[in-house]
Amino acid sequence: MDLNILWFVLITVLFIGFFFLEGFDYGVGILLPFLAHDDRERRMIINTIGPFWDGNEVWLITAGGAMFAAFPHWYASLFSALYIALILMLMALIVRGVAFEFRSKVEDPRWRRTWDWMLCLGSAIPALLWGVAMSNLLQGLPIDASMTYTGGFWNLLNGHALVSGLASLVIFALHGAVFLTIKLDDPLRSRAFDAAWRLWPIALVVGMFAVGGGYFVSDMYERLGIGPGVIPLSAGAAMLSAGWFIRKRQGGWAFILTGICIVFSTLTIFRGLYPRVLISSLNPDWSLTIYNAASSNYTLRTMSIIALIFLPVVLVYQGWSYYVFRGRISHESSLEY
Amino acid sequence: MVEVALARWQFAITSVYHFFFVPLTLGLSILVALMETIYVRTGDETYKRMAKFWGKLFLINFAMGVVTGIVMEFQFGMNWSEYSRFVGDIFGAPLAIEALLAFFLESTFLGIWVFGWERLSKGLHAATIWLVAIGSNLSALWILIANSFMQEPVGYGLADGNLVMTDFFTLLGNPHVWVQFPHVLASGMTTAAFFVLGISAYNLLRGNREEPLFRRSFRWASVYGIVAVALVIVIGHSQAQHMVQAQPMKMAAAEALWETSDPAPLSLLTIGDLSGTLEVWSIRIPRLLSFLAYNRFDGQIIGLNDLQRAYEMQYGPGNYVPLLPITYWTFRLMVGAGFLMLGLAGYALYLVIRNRFPNPGRLFRWLPLAIGLPYLANTTGWLLTELGRQPWIVFGLQKTADASSPNVSTGMLIFSIVCFTLIYGLLMALDIYLLARNARPTAEQEPAESAAAA
Repeated sequence: MDLNILWFVLITVLFIGFFFLEGFDYGVGILLPFLAHDDRERRMIINTIGPFWDGNEVWLITAGGAMFAAFPHWYASLFSALYIALILMLMALIVRGVAFEFRSKVEDPRWRRTWDWMLCLGSAIPALLWGVAMSNLLQGLPIDASMTYTGGFWNLLNGHALVSGLASLVIFALHGAVFLTIKLDDPLRSRAFDAAWRLWPIALVVGMFAVGGGYFVSDMYERLGIGPGVIPLSAGAAMLSAGWFIRKRQGGWAFILTGICIVFSTLTIFRGLYPRVLISSLNPDWSLTIYNAASSNYTLRTMSIIALIFLPVVLVYQGWSYYVFRGRISHESSLEY
Repeated sequence: MVEVALARWQFAITSVYHFFFVPLTLGLSILVALMETIYVRTGDETYKRMAKFWGKLFLINFAMGVVTGIVMEFQFGMNWSEYSRFVGDIFGAPLAIEALLAFFLESTFLGIWVFGWERLSKGLHAATIWLVAIGSNLSALWILIANSFMQEPVGYGLADGNLVMTDFFTLLGNPHVWVQFPHVLASGMTTAAFFVLGISAYNLLRGNREEPLFRRSFRWASVYGIVAVALVIVIGHSQAQHMVQAQPMKMAAAEALWETSDPAPLSLLTIGDLSGTLEVWSIRIPRLLSFLAYNRFDGQIIGLNDLQRAYEMQYGPGNYVPLLPITYWTFRLMVGAGFLMLGLAGYALYLVIRNRFPNPGRLFRWLPLAIGLPYLANTTGWLLTELGRQPWIVFGLQKTADASSPNVSTGMLIFSIVCFTLIYGLLMALDIYLLARNARPTAEQEPAESAAAA
């Protein structure tokens, strides 16, 4: 098997896992100040993702590490190109991570409200920036012949990137809302359904703009033609049907469908990228590909053995942790955060 | 050149800061796991309260370690793109493995540990904190495999101007790893020991209803501490002996030894001139450096001037001598702190063996302050090992000056340094505040239990 293709697939899998899992973490954080009516309810909301958020974030760390190991030029060019955007994302992630732990350690309501907003902003900013990043990846960046980025920060915030950012923000918020309907009891559960019902049409519309716009700003049209194929269409269909289940107050199905939407959207993005990893908007010959950006075959082979052994192990024990904490959080539950 | 200097400052700030929190995670995870294991085996509730009390402090610290760690992984690509291209084939692998094996393990099981007291059997719950301890210490192994490659490159070839991995097991077997990793593990244990000793002493001095918890914690920490400090010193000594052979410039810089000497004296105090090439005045103990290096009172230690000449011949013109005042003083501060800790750990053990409670004497009130000693040693140790490698980022293969990201401007660097400094400063204050607040047991200490009881 072509190891370069395998590692592109593995990194795609890692990003899929990351967006599916951390997506609802971001969503829960975003909705925190809006769904809860008192401190107890806020704690309940935070505790729905309490056991999971840290392990979910590791999917990102692993994806970054895998990029470094398998495609060092991609890692180097992309991370240095997105410098300011990544600084902003890091600030948000730092504040968010600390917020989980620090928030309930002090009784003072001002302390808690401040940290709740830090959690919210710390979730919203990355949720937005991921859409911006994916859009820029598909559009291409000004990369020169030496694989160096020649643009700045503000060109990353172009029209399509902002629309995509809004789309990812709303979709993650929706995913989080639907997650909350599975993990909480009424009245919070009811409020989560209401929020999801309000978010869903926005997700649909903004999502359509992002996808539609994608045809104009990227080379998706040339590569896929007018008919995008089963996967992107399924993503759209999943989002569409999610609305039905939200209306029917069936959180489990709605969550599966928003999940499918996220998974298939991510898959579509990476398919659109392939076999490039970083498109050069200056000259297609200067694009980074799964071949010219990659590590040696020896490294890819060594890493493949390790990944193929340990990734299933991780899936098993992370899956187990979701099983251990199945069930809803009620007003009487003991809360650690 | 300004950009490289700024990038270096940022990396120094972020990595030193990250390493404030890591050693406590490494050492305290093991201690808490031991406490909970004894609880499971004996059923003695005091051990459970110990595990929860120290676990709470552990969690505050762990959160800081995690968030500051994400910065580190990103920073290689962000600020050191040319380095990442050059070494990625080799360096990327241990980082990816660190995430896949260690970070997933510690993060997933810590979540289960925090939330799972009532949901898992006692034995299974204790196993989760052991997995956290294994995960975090395993992550130290992989990052040190990566760092050791920078210090002493092994198992590599060259292809298209970049390094390629030729043998994975050679990378793992790098002798530098096997003096560095045990030393860092032991330093983690030392940090945890003094943390527990200091906070226990503080509580015993003030007196409160949890005195049995703190007496027992003090006892545990004194044993953990003496073992840890002894290991740190012994392994550190092996590391220094290895350094004489493998990184002679770093050793000479740590000693400010300008002229090759056989036998070589150990410097107690050396003052150099402003050019950094001459000694102005020093107190040295004859033969002692040779003894430390070779276990006999003779043996040549190569001096800075000879090394500089040799490197210029090998690598071309340039300055190959690290910043002497820093390498010299960090080495002394680290070792000094280490021996002071040895004395204090011995003192703590003496108090325990002779059962000098509840009147332990006047030196006892200094123990809370001694919490700072491992932090001093950890920081100076890393400053020594990283600054002592300069001007190289990968020894003999890539210079730091050639490694930074060409597209990252001075303005961008100033922006990011300011961001990090402000946010890290604020969080440090909050972290210390919360640790101090939670270092004393209060009625709020066990919200989970009181809610469950209600």
